[in-house]
Amino acid sequence: MEVMGTPFFLTTVDKFARWAQRSSIWPMTFGLACCAIEMMNLVSPRYDAARFGAEAFRASPRQADLMIISGRVSHKMAPVIRRLYAQMAEPKWVIAMGACASSGGIFDNYAIVQGVDEVIPVDVYVPGCPPTPEAVLDAILKLQGRIRSGDEKAGIRSWQATA
Amino acid sequence: MAGDGLSGTARQGPQAAGAAAASVRAALETVGRLAQRFGDAVEPLPASLDMPVVKVRPDALRDVARALKDDGYAMLLDVGGVDYLGRRPPQERFEVVYHFLDVRGLRRIRVRVPLPEAEPVVPTLSDLWPSANWAEREIFDLFGIRFEGHPDLRRILMPDDWEGHPLRKDYPLRGPRQRGTPQALRQRFFPLRLDGPPADGPGGQLQAPAAGAQDGSPARKEGGA
Repeated sequence: MEVMGTPFFLTTVDKFARWAQRSSIWPMTFGLACCAIEMMNLVSPRYDAARFGAEAFRASPRQADLMIISGRVSHKMAPVIRRLYAQMAEPKWVIAMGACASSGGIFDNYAIVQGVDEVIPVDVYVPGCPPTPEAVLDAILKLQGRIRSGDEKAGIRSWQATA
Repeated sequence: MAGDGLSGTARQGPQAAGAAAASVRAALETVGRLAQRFGDAVEPLPASLDMPVVKVRPDALRDVARALKDDGYAMLLDVGGVDYLGRRPPQERFEVVYHFLDVRGLRRIRVRVPLPEAEPVVPTLSDLWPSANWAEREIFDLFGIRFEGHPDLRRILMPDDWEGHPLRKDYPLRGPRQRGTPQALRQRFFPLRLDGPPADGPGGQLQAPAAGAQDGSPARKEGGA
């Protein structure tokens, strides 16, 4: 065959798309509480999320595909987060950063939603109060692993199935 | 509260201490004048650590506040609410506490207004001191104390559709039972609709879901009665 003389490789469109997706995760710029301070370190030279293609924080949900819930979610904030999530373009993912976003944390009271997964679907939970930037990086890597493997449970699909 | 009164004097030496004592004395004179002018409506309380304190009946509050303002207390530093649940008599369960500062003379005075449990209402000071506006809204939001004559008495911290006043001592810490449970939130937010406006509507208002509205139909909001 003509092609035999030049280097080439074979893949599927699906695999290629997943590779592209996981290599350029764009998180959304917003912080909810003290965890956000740790989250900001992600793009600093020390932690450098650019190594994993996840450094482009975008201030508009339309341009982001990863939502890092960095802090406790109040009942007043819940509809706002819900709407921001709905405004993000598919495919999209969510990381619940820290104890409060995952379960309400120490705030077992009237004002705080007991885990953001009661409002939007979550792909990766990060323990800690607050988690270290390394832990959040690990969450991003885990998310990349799920995207690469084509995990059907990732993202919004599972959430629709269980709702 | 001991900002420039006590802790400050320890650092600044005897001269500052003398000045602070003089301003407390001056504020005490204000208390005496108020008691003289308003009679029963004003009751001087034992002096607190940091500033003189008076108890004022709610119907006299506006006159007292105006007198204080004319006397040089130009600044309303803070308005706070307190719930003394179980206090006898129940006519004094709630208190609204005002802190006034005379910026020139460095005099401070605290005004406490006890309010009844049944109908805690107090006249607004937001027309005299605009700084009272949001503070009064916050007290209304968290304690359910109404401020008569307030131009815009809405909740300021809690969601608009919230029920109850969370800083009351008899408010359940975890909130009303039906609110905040995973079931209630699921009814409110699920399923997420991607092809239209969110199910909870533009204001994020909680609508009581209709009995058969579990199918996530777009008409849920109208279906809730």
